[in-house]
Amino acid sequence: MGAGHAHKLYRHGHSPVHGLPPHTKLAAVLGFVVVVVSTPREAVWAFALYAALLAAVAAKARIPAGFLLKRLLIEIPFVAFALLMPFVVPGERTEVLGLPLSVPGLWGAWNVLAKGTLGVAASVLLASTTELRALVLGLQRLKLPPLLVQIASFMIRYGDVITDEMRRMSVARRSRGFEAKGVRHWGVLAKSAGALFIRSYERGERVHLAMVSRGYTGTMPVIDEATATRAQWAYAAALPLSALLICLLGRTTA
Amino acid sequence: MHVPDGFINAPVSVAAGVVAAGAVAAGLRGARRELDERTAPLAGLVAAFIFAVQMLNFPVAAGTSGHLLGGALAAILVGPWTGVLCIAVVLLMQGILFADGGLTALGVNITVMGVVTVVVAYALFRGLVLLLPRTRRSVTVASFAAALVSVPAAAAAFTLIYAIGGTTDVPVPKVLTAMVGVHVLIGVGEAVITMLTVGAVVAVRPDLVYGARGLTAPLKLRVDGELVDAAPAAAPAAGGSPKKLWIGGVVTALVLAGFVSFYASASPDGLEKVAADQGIDKNVEEHAAADSPLADYGVQGIEAPRLSGGLAGAIGVGATLAVGTGAFWGVRRRRTAALEA
Repeated sequence: MGAGHAHKLYRHGHSPVHGLPPHTKLAAVLGFVVVVVSTPREAVWAFALYAALLAAVAAKARIPAGFLLKRLLIEIPFVAFALLMPFVVPGERTEVLGLPLSVPGLWGAWNVLAKGTLGVAASVLLASTTELRALVLGLQRLKLPPLLVQIASFMIRYGDVITDEMRRMSVARRSRGFEAKGVRHWGVLAKSAGALFIRSYERGERVHLAMVSRGYTGTMPVIDEATATRAQWAYAAALPLSALLICLLGRTTA
Repeated sequence: MHVPDGFINAPVSVAAGVVAAGAVAAGLRGARRELDERTAPLAGLVAAFIFAVQMLNFPVAAGTSGHLLGGALAAILVGPWTGVLCIAVVLLMQGILFADGGLTALGVNITVMGVVTVVVAYALFRGLVLLLPRTRRSVTVASFAAALVSVPAAAAAFTLIYAIGGTTDVPVPKVLTAMVGVHVLIGVGEAVITMLTVGAVVAVRPDLVYGARGLTAPLKLRVDGELVDAAPAAAPAAGGSPKKLWIGGVVTALVLAGFVSFYASASPDGLEKVAADQGIDKNVEEHAAADSPLADYGVQGIEAPRLSGGLAGAIGVGATLAVGTGAFWGVRRRRTAALEA
């Protein structure tokens, strides 16, 4: 918490993308991802155009490519799965570099890789141009149930506190010579988790009491009402609408 | 197990989203009862706890390590409704902030990792606690079994969704064996850690463990040299039995609709595969005849109609769940109103 309230994923800036109201950005990303997912996989060029669209947004938001690519690494487990697919899917075979690979498997791998990567890139762009608090407000504006929004905002606020607590416990364990090497050490980790739960829960109770004593009645007051003008909506809609156009073109040609 | 975008096709993602939304709506109602007035701050902190615990890696074998899913742990520690809510919020935040799990696959992720793990784990846990003697040890034993089963159950649920709406052509039995096989191993780790964690909390603050409620011995007072039952604080037993009945019913329905029909359809699949293999072996020359069983063995033709039955079943159970929750709440509210009057 010492480093201010911005999360690590957020990249501070004053670009037009940063300035958009959060709920328009959320809606735009969701619309974009839905369009990408419903594009037929045979329209290879469409995915290249989607990537170009995202690159244009990143350039507009002044997010460096290295930052974006580093964050894409989260996808690696599924990349491994996609790479296995050409070997396990039955069907027509083709020779690539002397390896017998299945054609439907290659298509499947391409499908998962292309759509998954575009989805991750869109989410990364959203998270790096929107502050946490604004994201939660955006969810609220998009009519997520208020209780869910509150749970999410408490989770975000105390997430760092709890994670730091866990990190301190880990430092304490290691400074006493503990190293989790195998099954024998599961007990120690589990006791840490138990202690962490008790601490989180008791903190929750204290926070609740503190809030009640300050007049909390079950809803949080909204101080900064974020509204979006028609122009802002139109600006945010540029991404999903151009994607939709590409998707329709892809459907007619594929 | 976070499913990315494009892995499950759009209609099935939407259907899973509807199931997830229903479960979250039910959780929103139920959580108020489990945590009384303190819902939002407490559930938020519990969600933060689950978020942190998912980063707790435990070494499995040489070099590899797994992390907790936390569904069973959440259901036992804070109750099934709050558990579903917390995991749904954690998954939502992971999807938006960390791009961990696709936004269009959010419904699939919540259904598989939140709803299925929590429902399976809590139903099993509750059943075992009722069957076993009322001791602390049986709580830990029950949480072991619940966590052990919940992880492969989630893997099987993922396979079911994949079979209905997967965008790739990996044969379903292969996915099932791979997913369930791997997740049985992960489930063992999850089970041991869950059991020990629940044990650690029960040892220090048994009152915080939702699943261990009702295990405390009734308070007795010594009046004039003999033990007399103290006045019971509140009688939660009145609401208990219909709730148990209800949970049991829903779980039975879900298991029947989802898993049993799935396994029932999986076994003739194996037969078909064998038949196809042998058919090819016998008629090596007859290419036309040998081609068709191979084509049938693919996912499309056979799986779709049979599994659409399973989908219909699951949607039916979802609708029943929603209606049942409404009815149950109506009855319950009337009863509490009558009690207060």
